[in-house]
Amino acid sequence: MMPAPAATTSTESMRILIIEDDREAAAYLVKALREAGHVADHAADGEEGLHAAETRGYDVLIVDRMLPKLDGLSIVTKLRDNGQSTPVLILSALGQVDDRVKGLRAGGDDYLSKPFAISELLARVEVLGRRRGAKDVETSYRVGDLELDRLSHEVRRAGKPIVLQPREFRLLEYLMKHANQVVTRTMLLENVWDYHFDPQTNVIDVHISRLRSKIERDFGSPILHTVRGAGYIMRAEAEA
Amino acid sequence: MPRFRPFQFGRMGRFRSLMRMTAVRLSAVYFLLFAICAVVLVVYVTATASTIVEDQSRRAISEELADLAQVYQQSGIVGLVRTIDRRSRQPGASLYLATDPMGRIIAGNVESLQAGVLDDQGPTPDAFSYERYADDNGHRYHLAIAEVVSLPNGMRILVGRDQSEQVRFRGVVQSALILALALMGVAALIAWFFVGRSALKRLDGVTASSARILSGDLSERLPVTGAGDEFDRLSDNLNTLLARVSLLQEGLQQVSDNIAHDLRTPLTRLRTRAEGALAAPPDLGEAREAMEQMIAECDQMIRTFDALLMISRVEAGSDQVIKSPIDLAAIAADVVDLYEPLAEDANAELLLDAPPSLTVVASRELIAQALSNLVDNALKYATDPERKIKIRVTLSEGNGAWSLAVSDDGPGIPIEKRERVLERFYRLDQSRSMPGSGLGLSLVQAIARVHGGRLVLDDAGPGLTVRLDVPKEERQGSERGDG
Repeated sequence: MMPAPAATTSTESMRILIIEDDREAAAYLVKALREAGHVADHAADGEEGLHAAETRGYDVLIVDRMLPKLDGLSIVTKLRDNGQSTPVLILSALGQVDDRVKGLRAGGDDYLSKPFAISELLARVEVLGRRRGAKDVETSYRVGDLELDRLSHEVRRAGKPIVLQPREFRLLEYLMKHANQVVTRTMLLENVWDYHFDPQTNVIDVHISRLRSKIERDFGSPILHTVRGAGYIMRAEAEA
Repeated sequence: MPRFRPFQFGRMGRFRSLMRMTAVRLSAVYFLLFAICAVVLVVYVTATASTIVEDQSRRAISEELADLAQVYQQSGIVGLVRTIDRRSRQPGASLYLATDPMGRIIAGNVESLQAGVLDDQGPTPDAFSYERYADDNGHRYHLAIAEVVSLPNGMRILVGRDQSEQVRFRGVVQSALILALALMGVAALIAWFFVGRSALKRLDGVTASSARILSGDLSERLPVTGAGDEFDRLSDNLNTLLARVSLLQEGLQQVSDNIAHDLRTPLTRLRTRAEGALAAPPDLGEAREAMEQMIAECDQMIRTFDALLMISRVEAGSDQVIKSPIDLAAIAADVVDLYEPLAEDANAELLLDAPPSLTVVASRELIAQALSNLVDNALKYATDPERKIKIRVTLSEGNGAWSLAVSDDGPGIPIEKRERVLERFYRLDQSRSMPGSGLGLSLVQAIARVHGGRLVLDDAGPGLTVRLDVPKEERQGSERGDG
């Protein structure tokens, strides 16, 4: 199976370490990450993984929670105790209510429960890897002719002001912050609404279509694209 | 699994087991204590009584001696001997003895004395034995106490009182005591036998029943006699426990059947689809489409599976869930905000009726999940393309509890089906065509329970109200579940 091609939007390659004892799953992850243009290594147990993470510089670590020799949370804790801040995505087959909270408390940066869509994983890895680019301190975002001012909460497209509800503004802010990256529905629910539960219906889609109608209707060219089987991406047509 | 063997007593082992029983041990201790008390009491009473009697005797002896001393002063030795002689012969007389300086008896009713009694003047320190003249009953030797006086001419006078009555009295008391103790012992043994035996028998019954239960018959119950004693209370409690366990087991059975059905059905579809795609002539477009459908099928299965896992995790107990102070009003507003566009698309109006803020100790994720399930249900089952439906989310508090309700003015649920919709996988017939796992309300119910509350289905007249009633927790800001 191929990862959704649209998810491979990276402009630069990242070095990624996968610490996972299921060799088949790991091999598939390595393949998918390489196809997305990254350099991916694999460690099959906790000790080997910790050693590799400490000695070789990686941009992102993908760590399974249950590992032989040293479990995933301990790896993260040890790395953080040693002052390493490499972003960590924790994978878990537990994936219930509070496991996520525990994983993030241990020092993980993101948490994904198994089974997951590979597009979800790729999108999250992209976001984790690019986090270091200090987008948080920027006071305004710009995608094509769409501008968002984070201080005055003003949104303009081609110079024309667009009026958004507070939630729509935050949705757009997140999408624009991660412009040219695939953003999944779960990521939106987690980051814009700050919930992780399963909303049963695709409530996010409705919010997106509302936002889309406001930022696209009178301007002709699409800017907020749906990535089939994955999520959404903010991208000016000219850049694609 | 080791087979459970009921405790069995051999013929001899039975008595030893009887002795091991708490009730029997206790009555043995009681019996011993009571016996000691009785002996002490009897000894005390008899000792006191004999002291009193002895004092009286000694006083009487002293008085008589004083009397004799007067006689001696008035009429000399002859008068004294005569008086003694006379008094000795009176029926029921005390003891009298007069001896010459050589110690030969010259008057009195004593035939012989224990040696040495006459040697010291004054009251005899202990009782002594003597022999009396003309003793009509068979016993020749008696016990007595006495006082000895020597006259200036060397004669000795002894006046005494017989102590046989007292000795007999003591003997009677002693044998009464022994008899009473023996009777008590026998009674205690009989009581042990019956009490202990019936207790043992009941324990044997309980043991036998629990052996049958352990071997797998969960319908078996422990025997209850109706006496309302501690055995009955224990059996009652264990029976309640058993009832709960078998209910849970039935539930588990039911659920695993449902899981089997709800996962096998999509698995079958998945397999058929994969087979079909393989069998069809190679066509990339069709293959892609088949795979997309298969992924969608998988996602639905994962969703069902997750919901089941979450329910079981939540039902496993509150320790599994991290609770912290959260603002329910904010959560309600978030969920309404999240579903508002969806409601509009479904021709419904989503309204929020909540105080500006209401902070309680609960799990933020679970409460949000529960509320979102309820709103989602209302949007799925209550909406009507012909008519605009109002869905109201109401947050309120009172009486140390808070409640979160979602009510609609849609078709509602018939009263007889309300209990059933809370069952796992149960779906009203008309909703079978809708997407969903059939676990939404079960999950909400589990969430209500883990917060110590309950889920209530009510008539909204018209429509349905689904309400989460949860008592407020005492402890504030506690976070558990780490590790």
